[in-house]
Amino acid sequence: MSKPPDLVQGTLDMLILKILALQPMNGWTISQRLKQISSDVLGVSDGSLYPALHKLEHHGWIRAEWKSSDNNRRSRFYSLTPLGRKQLEKETANWNRVSAAISGIVRLREA
Amino acid sequence: MNLEQWLYCLPLRLRSLFHSNQVDQEMKEELSEHLEQQIAENIGKGMSAEEARRSSMLALGGLTQIEQQCRDARGKSVVQDFVQDLGYGFRQLRRSPGFSALAILCLALGVGANAAVFSWVEGVLFRPYPMVSHQEQLFAVAGTVPGKRIDGLSWPDFLDLRRECTLCKDAFVTTITDSTLNIGDHAEVTTGSLVSANYFDALGVHPLLGRGFETGEDVGNDSHPVVVVSYQMWRNRFKGDSQIVGKTQRLNNVPHTIIGVAPEGFYGTFVGRAMQFWVPASMAETFEGGGYKLEDRGARWIESYVRLKPGVARAPAQQQISAIAERLQASYPATNRGRGISIWPLWQTPFNQARIIGPTLEIMVVVVAFVLLIACANVTNLLLVRSFVRGREMSVRLAIGASRGRLLKQLLTEGLILAALGTAGGFLIAFWCRHLLVKLLPEGRALYLPGAIDLRVMAMSAGICLLVTLVIGLVPASQTRHLDLAGPLKAESGSVVAARSRGWIRSGLVMVQVCLSFILLVGAALLLESLQRIRTTSPGFSTTSVAVTGVALVASGYDVPRAKTFQTELIDRLSGLPGVESAAFAAVTPLGYENYPSSPVAVDGYQSLPNEQPEVEYNQVGAGYLATLKIPLLSGREFLRSDDENAPLVAIVNRTMMLRYWKGEDPVGRRLKVKAGWARVVGVAADSKYESMGEIPKPLFYVPLRQDFVIEPDLNIRTTESLQSTLAAVLREVQALDPNLAMYDTITLQEQVNRAASPQLVAATLISTLGGLALLLSAVGLYGLMSYSVAQSTRELGLRMALGADAANLLRLVVLRGLRLTTGGVLFGAVAALFLTRLLGQLLYHVSPDDPVVFASALVVMTVIAISACVLPAWRASRTDPARVLRD
Repeated sequence: MSKPPDLVQGTLDMLILKILALQPMNGWTISQRLKQISSDVLGVSDGSLYPALHKLEHHGWIRAEWKSSDNNRRSRFYSLTPLGRKQLEKETANWNRVSAAISGIVRLREA
Repeated sequence: MNLEQWLYCLPLRLRSLFHSNQVDQEMKEELSEHLEQQIAENIGKGMSAEEARRSSMLALGGLTQIEQQCRDARGKSVVQDFVQDLGYGFRQLRRSPGFSALAILCLALGVGANAAVFSWVEGVLFRPYPMVSHQEQLFAVAGTVPGKRIDGLSWPDFLDLRRECTLCKDAFVTTITDSTLNIGDHAEVTTGSLVSANYFDALGVHPLLGRGFETGEDVGNDSHPVVVVSYQMWRNRFKGDSQIVGKTQRLNNVPHTIIGVAPEGFYGTFVGRAMQFWVPASMAETFEGGGYKLEDRGARWIESYVRLKPGVARAPAQQQISAIAERLQASYPATNRGRGISIWPLWQTPFNQARIIGPTLEIMVVVVAFVLLIACANVTNLLLVRSFVRGREMSVRLAIGASRGRLLKQLLTEGLILAALGTAGGFLIAFWCRHLLVKLLPEGRALYLPGAIDLRVMAMSAGICLLVTLVIGLVPASQTRHLDLAGPLKAESGSVVAARSRGWIRSGLVMVQVCLSFILLVGAALLLESLQRIRTTSPGFSTTSVAVTGVALVASGYDVPRAKTFQTELIDRLSGLPGVESAAFAAVTPLGYENYPSSPVAVDGYQSLPNEQPEVEYNQVGAGYLATLKIPLLSGREFLRSDDENAPLVAIVNRTMMLRYWKGEDPVGRRLKVKAGWARVVGVAADSKYESMGEIPKPLFYVPLRQDFVIEPDLNIRTTESLQSTLAAVLREVQALDPNLAMYDTITLQEQVNRAASPQLVAATLISTLGGLALLLSAVGLYGLMSYSVAQSTRELGLRMALGADAANLLRLVVLRGLRLTTGGVLFGAVAALFLTRLLGQLLYHVSPDDPVVFASALVVMTVIAISACVLPAWRASRTDPARVLRD
């Protein structure tokens, strides 16, 4: 239950980076946002979110700090680092390349 | 990972590492916050509180597992695991302090013995000269004569060698010499070196104050009285005087200008002695006497070294130097016929203490390797015992998900802790033993043979430490392969049979220990036997009641005529002393450091081989010398006082010379051609030992001192008085003749003989000590194994007792098991020893390396030790209470 088998390896990382590129947020908000934008299709479990966050932080792509959230509770907020921004660009480019290739193949079949 | 990322992540990683509790706490807080939000949301959707919590937990998955995944995601596992294992390992060691202390002690002794011997090998053989750069390119140079005898070089030969050797970067002379040093009214003898002017430059040593020698200062006859003094001398004698350069110091009564002070830690280039001063070779006559030698190709008095160019190996250099020696032979046949020049790496230097210590240290390297193996076997055995005890712990760990790799890592970490602590202890031992070698050598004068604990020794020890870790960590770890999860968790099976697979490893280890100890025991016994035989074998002269001394005539400026008068008058005065039976001068005292001079000889009717240049060593002795040393006269007569420079040349030959050159016929009355001309043989002396106790009888002849004069011969006195009173009386007589004269050390001839046995003494002491240590370790190993077996098989023993075995049966059972192991080890050891004892080679004296008596006595000692190691466990076995055992 920790990782859906059909989630392409590394995609979760890219999604998190993309979400954080918009604005810093805490783990809970990230999980809600993930569900929202992927319409539950990707089925990212909350269980796999946190290890991924810790890994990204450890790679130096995101930064965590304790801040007060809207409801005045102390919460761990993640934000993108310059390194993370570069990584996101790299992964996005990579993703576009791969997905373009794949959809090309898919279309080929249909024709 | 690139640099930018590293810089960014480093603080994070350090934080994960050192503030792991805080990081953990934050992570938990974050997760629980998520949980709370989820619960709140679920309640908002209309769930009950209980349901909301359950559903949130399900959505998140196992909290503990996620925590663990987060920890893993932080990538801390390798370092953190190690730190954790370290902590755990230390706790384990603290929990069983007896075991830990024993294991660490064993390893410390094993590693310490190795580190000490390496430090000696390094400090005495490989890098003997502190502060000298690139010692691996330095090679000792000496002349050779047929028959593999080593001789000095002459100064002209050295100059030719230095000029013509293109593979040598440099060549320099350093000949050890003594000097009487007068400071105020106090005169004492110190040791220094006669050196070529390039000495300090060639070594790369820069004086602390003043300068080294300048080109040209080694030219001429006593023309450059300048001296560089050692740091110790500067500190102790001159009180660290910063204005010392330019001042004058009398050496051998000649005023020398002090031109420099050697740096601290530079002791010159003579293994075994710390040099106190250096003077240029041009001062040779002041220090050595015997005329001007810098232009005499026949005067072979110098000891020298070459520094080969970088990258040049010994073999091509030797080839070139041999070619030079051949050219010298062709150009100067009168002095150089049959003479070669050889170079040796520093550790084989033929003219200093390296020659004596070298072979012993080579053997010690093997011996300490054995000791280390024995120590490792002991610790491994101890760890194996513990691995049985910990079998349950390991099984539990495997059951709750530890990988075998993880267990292996932990066992290796524990091994590393033991090895590291043992190595630290070993270093302490090596440090304490630095100066031990000197203490072992029975030399009168202060010897200097320090071990060097440098980077190479440390690297070596670190290597050993890792090796030990692997050995003591992997053997118990290999046992985890056999761990089955269910077995130990079910019940302790409680019998030796169940542990058979591990039993053979332990027995094997003990057998290895016994085997190695037995080899060392045989080696030690052989050396002790040799030492005993050296001490009790007659060297061919009587060693009791003879004192040997000398008078520093050269230092006081005596020339030949004055010295002759002095010597005659002194002998007259000594003969009149109470207790003195006889007294005689001799150029060389047997079994001492000095070399015998040699002379080409010719004998009527003796046909030499085509390429043979018959050359025989000789000794210049005074009237009554043979009587003083009680060397038996086989035929003819002793030298008389009348055999002086005005009388016809005479000689006394020894028995071996008679056999070789006169085919055993009595040569008295026949002619012998020596350096000075044809001499008449007047006597035949019995063979005796001349240079070492181990030598085979060799030809030698004696000539009267007056007919081949030396200014400073040794004085031998046969007396019934004690050494002390003799010394006092002789000094009184010497000073009555000339109050300015100093005397050299006085020792007994017996002491001189004992010193000749110093290689054997050092080897025997070291091997006995280490052999004893090995024996002790093995006994501990055997004891441990037997105790453990007995403790493990109480049930079996109890059954045997219940079935009618009595205490004696059980006692026998256990002791026999120990003896079986011992016998196995001894058998292997004996076979190995038959080959290995040959390594002792030259150190053995009149003992065959496979001497059955020695092997038998080693066997007896081993058996006694083995039985005593088994007695306590056996006694415990015999006290087994069958009723209690079977009840439990």
